[in-house]
Amino acid sequence: MANSICLIDPAKCMGCRGCQVACKQWNQLPAEQTTFTGTYENPPRFSADTWLRVAFREHDLEDGNVDWYMAKLGCMHCTDAACMQACPAGAIYRSDEGTVNIDEVKCIGCNYCVTACPFHVIGFDRLTNKARKCTFCHDRLVNGMEPSCAQACPTGAITFGDRRQLINRAATRMDQLKAAGNPNANIYGIDELDGTAMLYVLADNPEKYGLPADPQVPVQTRIWNAIFKPLRILVVVAVAFGLWANRAETKEIEQAKKGEK
Amino acid sequence: MDLTRRSFLKLAGATAAAATLTGVGLRKASASTDEPLRIKYTKEYFTVCTFCGVGCGVICNVRDGVIVNTEGDPDHPMNEGTLCPKGVAHYNVSYMFDEKGKPKPNPNRLTKPLRRKPGASDWEEMEWDEALEAIAKKFKETRDETFIEQENGVMVNRTDAINWLGSAFCNNEENYLFKKIISSSGIVNFDHCARL
Amino acid sequence: MIDYKNSDVLMNIGGNTAENHPITMKWIEKAREERGAKLICVDPRLTRTGAVADLYVPIRPGTNCAYLGGLTAYILDNNLYHEEYVKHYTNATYLVNEDFDFDNVTGLFSGVEDDPDRNAKAYDQSTWQYQTDEDGEILTDPDMQDENCVLQIMKRFYQAYSLENISEVTGCPIDTLEESYRLYASTGDPEKAGNMLYAMGITQFSHGTQSVRSVAVPQLLLGNIGRPGGGVNAQRGQSNVQGCCDMGILYHILTGYMPVPQRDAHPNLDAYNEAVPEGGYWVNRPNFMNSMLTAWWPEQSLDVAYQYLPKLDGTDRSHIGQYYRMGQGEVKGMICWADNPAVSGPTSGDKRKYQALLDWMVVVDLFENETAAFWKAPGMNPADIDTDVFLLPAAAAYERNGSKTNSSRWIQWQEKVQQAPGEAKSDLWIADKLFKAIRKEYEENGGVFPDPILNMNWDYGEEADSGKVAMEINGYRVADGQLLSSFGDLRDDGSTACGSWIYTGFYSDPDNPATKRRIAEKEGIGLNSEWTFAWPANRRIVYNRGAADPQGNPWNPEFPIFKWVDDQWEMMDVPDFNANIPPEESAESAFIMLPEGKGRLFANGHGGAGGTSNDSPMPIHYEPAESPVDNLLYPQATFNPISQRWYPVEEHFGEVEDYPYIISTYRVTEHYQSGIMTRNMPWLVETMPELFIELHPSLAEEKGIQNGDMVEIESKRGKIQARACVTSRIKPYNVNGNTIHVVGLPWHWGFMGMSQGDVTNDLAPSIGDPNSTIPEYKAFLCNVRRVG
Repeated sequence: MANSICLIDPAKCMGCRGCQVACKQWNQLPAEQTTFTGTYENPPRFSADTWLRVAFREHDLEDGNVDWYMAKLGCMHCTDAACMQACPAGAIYRSDEGTVNIDEVKCIGCNYCVTACPFHVIGFDRLTNKARKCTFCHDRLVNGMEPSCAQACPTGAITFGDRRQLINRAATRMDQLKAAGNPNANIYGIDELDGTAMLYVLADNPEKYGLPADPQVPVQTRIWNAIFKPLRILVVVAVAFGLWANRAETKEIEQAKKGEK
Repeated sequence: MDLTRRSFLKLAGATAAAATLTGVGLRKASASTDEPLRIKYTKEYFTVCTFCGVGCGVICNVRDGVIVNTEGDPDHPMNEGTLCPKGVAHYNVSYMFDEKGKPKPNPNRLTKPLRRKPGASDWEEMEWDEALEAIAKKFKETRDETFIEQENGVMVNRTDAINWLGSAFCNNEENYLFKKIISSSGIVNFDHCARL
Repeated sequence: MIDYKNSDVLMNIGGNTAENHPITMKWIEKAREERGAKLICVDPRLTRTGAVADLYVPIRPGTNCAYLGGLTAYILDNNLYHEEYVKHYTNATYLVNEDFDFDNVTGLFSGVEDDPDRNAKAYDQSTWQYQTDEDGEILTDPDMQDENCVLQIMKRFYQAYSLENISEVTGCPIDTLEESYRLYASTGDPEKAGNMLYAMGITQFSHGTQSVRSVAVPQLLLGNIGRPGGGVNAQRGQSNVQGCCDMGILYHILTGYMPVPQRDAHPNLDAYNEAVPEGGYWVNRPNFMNSMLTAWWPEQSLDVAYQYLPKLDGTDRSHIGQYYRMGQGEVKGMICWADNPAVSGPTSGDKRKYQALLDWMVVVDLFENETAAFWKAPGMNPADIDTDVFLLPAAAAYERNGSKTNSSRWIQWQEKVQQAPGEAKSDLWIADKLFKAIRKEYEENGGVFPDPILNMNWDYGEEADSGKVAMEINGYRVADGQLLSSFGDLRDDGSTACGSWIYTGFYSDPDNPATKRRIAEKEGIGLNSEWTFAWPANRRIVYNRGAADPQGNPWNPEFPIFKWVDDQWEMMDVPDFNANIPPEESAESAFIMLPEGKGRLFANGHGGAGGTSNDSPMPIHYEPAESPVDNLLYPQATFNPISQRWYPVEEHFGEVEDYPYIISTYRVTEHYQSGIMTRNMPWLVETMPELFIELHPSLAEEKGIQNGDMVEIESKRGKIQARACVTSRIKPYNVNGNTIHVVGLPWHWGFMGMSQGDVTNDLAPSIGDPNSTIPEYKAFLCNVRRVG
């Protein structure tokens, strides 16, 4: 478990998306082509180039009013990390700081982590055949700086700091939110997946912010991890071969595309 | 200006100081990781955000004369290191990343004076000297043709045939020069977007 | 803005601080966290500010004056005003002419007359003036009981603004109204500070000045001006819109808010300098004016220099007026500097057509904007357009040096960080070279009255140096060039030169100018007095005599920015009053820029100062020019009878039968103004890729519109398309028994750049507030239908 974590407090989030753009800026991620689909939420899903998204969720209330919730979403850096268990190549590792990171050199592009992640935050880069996701700005972290999303956040909706203290703070905030008329206020990320390095204090149920109510490591990932992974050397070879073939195909497709232009 | 090493330490120091104030302890850099910070060995400049009227402080990290990173200035009292998406995105005014994550200049930035001649359906590039001379001639011609020196027995020194819009994007010194130019040449159709 | 952390209640009305000034929310959050402050958001649409506010108050677009008039009435009816502040610091005790009158059927004040030149009405304000004795002293009633005193006049006038009436007009439920009034009026407690934040949702109306006044009046009644955590905070939308105004980049002002000379009233310098207000700080204006003339034409006598200045003939020269006369063929050339009126101006489709009538046009920008590329606009044929267009490449903010002034009047120096790309140049470089080129033409070829151009002081080096320009703006002694540190040093005899008097001191030490200071406050209330320089005189809170009571004790001991101890002031800020006299005396002129020294609950242009309320002495509710409902408060009134018009009302405005829905326009966090920068910034385009229209599910259902569908929006003035954003955040209003739908569109798009879309302002009307001529973007009428 990470000693330093982020506390995300959506009641303070005004949906400015400073964090979303700061993530792209620091991590040098290109913009995606998007369209307006009837919501402010954009891009619509995580990808190799989008590691952080702000959810915009509207909920009509019985009295005719609307709750408009916004929250930063992204890799949770779980203790019981499905992606780590799913990875056959040992490319996903826990850093000394407690963050969950992908070693792109070791990544064989099998996509298993992408499907295993209960938060759907891992993107797959078709150009390089690598899985990519939030690194918790590991390079900043080890150099004594806070993650770029937390630094950008104007209102304190993302706070970076010591895990124990932020858990205490989350408890205080939960009491405040309850007192302010939010009976469903809860803390998300202490018990979930044995604790996550992105801790949320929510005014309402997690689904209303686009978070799964009960995130789990998929059963097949657990079985895979327990039974087959010891044999993974063989598997890696097999998968790598399969991907080599696949990659050749991808290259062909790309060349065909270029030809069209 | 500070060299990167110092400025990086300064940045780190600022974060640490803020953390101390709020009682949050950061984990020290791990000895096992030798991950370089990408703004190492860059020059750090303080500037002011170009967007809304709040006036936040922005740090630009520059290597070999090229911006490589922009982020909030932790020492600036207005924003204390935070920024909104426009402020964070300053980099895009000059550069963007291609699909492979390689930086390239923003292709839409103007880099040459352009002229569209009457009836033409496209721009043509020109040199600064030519452009300034051509504009000055047109300016003088219009001013001289339409100049009103006296009206009702008062020296009014005015032309009604030239409009000039200044800009809230320009600095005080730049706008001040506009004011001097229009006041000396008699332009009174003079406004800027604060009117809108 | 840091001062927002000291507020107890904040009301965001006619603004959207979370989206358009996001960092201010940092300080509002701090106030909520540390002081238990409450944020009220008043807006027709649940914005991102509304989403995080403690109380959201929905009101129909165009009813700010009614809503805030209701607040004023609530404060007066329930005696919630800050009595000592009102008695001493406002004109509540002043007696007004007995003939002053108001007709609550027509909605007109006494003195109304026809103004055929403007196709509107105007006021003779003689009956609005104060009563005076034989010596000209203003008569007052300290007990505020006289029926002609301002407080009693207001009580009568605001009777119409009852909770029931305001609920009818605004469409806001009574209990929400009352809750917001009760919460905000709680800041009438002398120890509490209430803060009103507004932006263009207050100003962009044909009654914009009245809306601003309707923000100021409750703030005066509650004693919230001139003190920490208080104020009427106009949130500036651009990084240097404040400085741009300070430099006089408006047709009616010179630098430092001195008026541009009028041909008939100010034929010579003596006439100009004699026409100063009767009292208040403006009596010093000749020092500032003559110093500006000396800075500009140092070799000429002051009288000759004054003659050089252009004189106005009474014609409206504002933005809409300029374009109107371009449409009449009266304008031949235009220089447009980092501005994009073909997207940002009202009725912008017409503006693009008018530009085709110009002989020549110069546009300076970072990107190819719609104003420069008007000949590429949909419906234009370049072959038919004879305008010679020059487009000059400019440097971005961080590619040039100079100072800019934020909403808190901090003049901050910005450093050049990298070279501009290619041959792009700073605006300073371009302006300098252009002026030199013009001067060369006159030197070589002569011309009509070239003297003002040839004699203009212009000495900034071969390549203009912004530091040299800054020193001229700051001001210096002519004899030895010594830079000045205070505008108190300026003289009217030609011995001092100063570009803009309010900036004196910002660059008085060339080696270490105040504008470059970077010393943040470590502890304190957030004034940050050593961070750069705030005009005037590095004062952080203006009219700050209001922070302490008449005896000199701070209203709230937590914020002792001024405290009278042992016969002198203990001060944390630069006083905006005479600190050398006893507090009881300075209390009599707490509002030092006005001749009577009092905050004006009742505005009558007294003493020739601040005559910016041509249309009403007290904020009054008029409907927007295009409105689906009658004026429910004044049966025979509709929209502002004094408003500034250019086009015939019957041709320019549509009827509710054809255009049944109210449309309001606004901005989003991810884009900036006309969008020409942010629509060329891929990270921002990704987050907000297309123009959209927000509309309620019930209207969408009626029109068969699904989320993401293309929708056509039509007004009397134009037709555009946008993607549907069907949302319950934009509710219909129940007004006078009818359901009225509201739709909303951002206006950041145009036909150039990486993200393209229709121009929302093609729909907006060209009508102006009678004082500021600002257009009415925030409420007009349209119809919508699904495309295809």
